[in-house]
Amino acid sequence: MLGLLETGSGFWSAIIWILLVLVIGGMVIYLRNKGEDSYKKNTEQDKPFISGNPEESKESSHLSASHIYWGFTEALKGYYDPLVKMHTGHINDYSGWIIVLTVIILIVIGVSG
Amino acid sequence: MNLFNHTPILILAVPLLTAFLIPIIGKINKKTTGILATLALGLSLIMTIVLAAKVLSVGPQVYVFGEKSSLLTLPSGLKFPIRIMFQIDAMGIFMGLITALVSFLGAVYSLAFLDNKDKIDSYYSLLLLLTVSMFGMEFTGDLFNFFVFLEIASMASVSLICYRGADLGEPVEAGFKYMVVSSISALMVLFAVGIFYGEYDVLNIAAIASVVKYSQLDKIALGILVSVLAMKAGAVPMHMWTPDAYSEAPAPITMILVAASQASLYAIFRIVFSMYNITLNTLAVGWIIIILGLLSMFIGVTMAIIQKDIKRLMAYHAISQTGYMLLGVGVGLAVLANPEALKDYGITAMEGGIFHIMNHAMYKGLLFLTAGALFFRTGTRDLNKMGGLAHYMKYTTIFFIIGAAAIAGLPPFNGFASKLLIYESVYKFNPLLSIIAMVVSILTLASFVKVFHSAFLGPKLPQFKEVKEVPRSMVFAMAVLSCIIIFFGLFPDLIVKNLVHPAVMSLIEQLQYTGTVLGGM
Repeated sequence: MLGLLETGSGFWSAIIWILLVLVIGGMVIYLRNKGEDSYKKNTEQDKPFISGNPEESKESSHLSASHIYWGFTEALKGYYDPLVKMHTGHINDYSGWIIVLTVIILIVIGVSG
Repeated sequence: MNLFNHTPILILAVPLLTAFLIPIIGKINKKTTGILATLALGLSLIMTIVLAAKVLSVGPQVYVFGEKSSLLTLPSGLKFPIRIMFQIDAMGIFMGLITALVSFLGAVYSLAFLDNKDKIDSYYSLLLLLTVSMFGMEFTGDLFNFFVFLEIASMASVSLICYRGADLGEPVEAGFKYMVVSSISALMVLFAVGIFYGEYDVLNIAAIASVVKYSQLDKIALGILVSVLAMKAGAVPMHMWTPDAYSEAPAPITMILVAASQASLYAIFRIVFSMYNITLNTLAVGWIIIILGLLSMFIGVTMAIIQKDIKRLMAYHAISQTGYMLLGVGVGLAVLANPEALKDYGITAMEGGIFHIMNHAMYKGLLFLTAGALFFRTGTRDLNKMGGLAHYMKYTTIFFIIGAAAIAGLPPFNGFASKLLIYESVYKFNPLLSIIAMVVSILTLASFVKVFHSAFLGPKLPQFKEVKEVPRSMVFAMAVLSCIIIFFGLFPDLIVKNLVHPAVMSLIEQLQYTGTVLGGM
């Protein structure tokens, strides 16, 4: 069958996947279109819930890149601090890493026989 | 004279001669230089496709320089080849196709991207030289010749990284750093080539492969070559030049630099498989490559997440994706001496790794071009300063979504197909490796969600009210890459069966490689 990729443990077909997505998507759209009886358009229900705080203008509410995943990077500070420090931007360090890794590889190849 | 017999050299000769012609044409009319370069690369692409059809239907092709017949690998009375030759098998032409396509689209994109820029003739000359050197690295059957092409690639790359000008500082710094690491790698490659020549009196890869003993000297040469070529491919922890160079080079050049890095990756595979094969300790060297892959995957993606410069972020992802290729092929190498494991999952792992090379060139190229499109219109690479650009750049937004979904391994795009091959085969070798690969994919998706949100989503920002979609030639290049990504994603079996599997087998079957040059010896 065209589009059928054998992986050694199973198979993958994007065509079958797309057909499944269409079927499942159709069912989801059908359920969504049935609607929620208590919903009323152009009322308070349309506004975002921000704990009673006034809604900011759209322009000032855009979350910039630095703020995204702040919690993730903060939680992994112990991992990120040395990693970022390692990236000094100094060409001496760049060259040093080449030498260090070459030595490690030579030792491993030499020892492994 | 049948020109078709000379296709291997014409693929290089056309862009090479055009590269030297362009400065002269540029004196008369600078604008035509871009069109000339694009036409030359278009012709080169067509010839590469013709050669690919021949290699895949007839078998590996050789092209000997300076002989009466370009097929005469062994002059009478000699048992070893003495002339430089191109030896193009399924793996070589697989890489050649990537180079040809990426370079052509890079030139098309550049037509509008660099319109009216100073020194445009130098830009196209260098772009053509870079392309020629990449073809050379992929086609040559001679180790010293490989070194020469590696040097040409480095020199052209350095100049192109610095292209935006000395007055900006950063491009020159990035170019200088790349020059230093490239010089170190070139010297070390030359040292390794010297070891082979001193030991065996030959420079032809097939000839070395037929006599290599895996002596202490061979081990030193192998260690040096794997290390410095991994550095050129951007493997962690020698990756640090990559974000500098990729972010400062013009976007179409960054796309081509990705393919140039992959040419170095190809060289590692060519050396360990075609030259050493099972003479080396496949498990140990396989694990070295796997560990380099794991480090590249994980450190690359985690560093990408914290970036604010869109091109630096993408550069770290390029490092991360290189890790997948190293992982897949590394597992194949680790089980090369074990026929059962090789058949059970080793070949599939290699297919995943090799397929990922092509997929990566396509979607990473596309992503760098979308980053270039954003820079072209907004004048910034800082994600903190972007927002709401989907309102103004609808095509670019769609192309970005396609590229981002592909790199994150979302179905039905091409990245999913190659990653699935890697997950399901590498799992049988060591489940932990597959799990790490999947986690990296999730982090990749998270990182691109951040880019999508920061740059494209959100309300219209007043500073971008003049922004509009990029010119047609840039849209065309991105559209072609998007179509390829979708096609490869929908019909991965066609690519794996007709391009990837022959490439993998040409690496595994060393006798086929040596036999093409040495006959039945």
